[in-house]
Amino acid sequence: MCTSIVEIVGANGAGKGSDGWFDLTHSVVSYDHPHHALLEEAITIDFVNAALGPAARVAVELTLESAKELSAALIKAIAAAEIEERGRLRGT
Amino acid sequence: MAYEGMLAESISIIGHKGEPISAYVARPLGAGPFPGMVLIHHAPGWDEWYREATRKFAHHGYAAISHNLYHRAGDGKADDVAAKVRAEGGVPDDQVVGDTEGAVQWLRGQPWLNGKVAVLGTCSGGRHTFLYACKTNSINAACDLWGGRVVMSKEELNPKQPVAPIEHTKDLSCPLLGLFGNEDRAPTPEQVDQHEAELKKHGKQYEFHRYDGAGHGFFYYDRPMYRIEQALDGWKKVFTFLQKHMAV
Repeated sequence: MCTSIVEIVGANGAGKGSDGWFDLTHSVVSYDHPHHALLEEAITIDFVNAALGPAARVAVELTLESAKELSAALIKAIAAAEIEERGRLRGT
Repeated sequence: MAYEGMLAESISIIGHKGEPISAYVARPLGAGPFPGMVLIHHAPGWDEWYREATRKFAHHGYAAISHNLYHRAGDGKADDVAAKVRAEGGVPDDQVVGDTEGAVQWLRGQPWLNGKVAVLGTCSGGRHTFLYACKTNSINAACDLWGGRVVMSKEELNPKQPVAPIEHTKDLSCPLLGLFGNEDRAPTPEQVDQHEAELKKHGKQYEFHRYDGAGHGFFYYDRPMYRIEQALDGWKKVFTFLQKHMAV
């Protein structure tokens, strides 16, 4: 199956690729043929720097179930981080 | 035993709008004449499987070329380049047709060609193969292997894919072979039915073979979708079809 499921958001941070760390510009999430995971389709997440060429990419390929767990973990960690940040702001 | 040899190398050809693109060529050694084969790679990129498939056709006596539809995305490993192209929404249909015409014309310019050229593609390459066979009169046969999105809803159309390939069926210019898995979701068996009905409506020469127990990409021996019996029969169907339409 060839899907056209692709979501792209800006990313501010750093990723470690095959040539070491690089600054990120985007996170790309898709559901399509994986290159390595032994799945017909996978949630693939690429953290990239669009200006640095195709090799500036940190890639993961996850089952749908793993991707849901990751998504939930992200939401939980972000919520905890925001509580932490609010506490820090109150302390200043 | 007869001597056997093959030349396989990367070259540069003239693609869409005169732009140079890279390509991989494999052909038997000797003066020929050889029938020509153009391979249109799939969405996962201009990868090792396509190198191998190109050499497989050379092993069977064809002069084969696989051109790099993702050349403009830059140098890199096939999966990295494919990921970049995926994020860009794929490559435009017109550009693929132009690049493929470049590969066909490169073959037609070679002294060892027998005058016949076929195109084969898998996955998105199958879709592109059908599209190319409809939009040009340059080839003698076409093989669409599980090409998805030949049938497209209005919502799926976009500036890079402005018209569903099925709309061009009336212009199909050569015999068509189609191989499909009945468990595929793109194309679904219903979409293959639709495509077949359109081919019949316009009196086109085609043969479709549909496999139970197979889904998408059932030739790919390194993926879990591989189905050995269906793949072996499918390859046989490809070579029988080509033999019929590519001999001089």
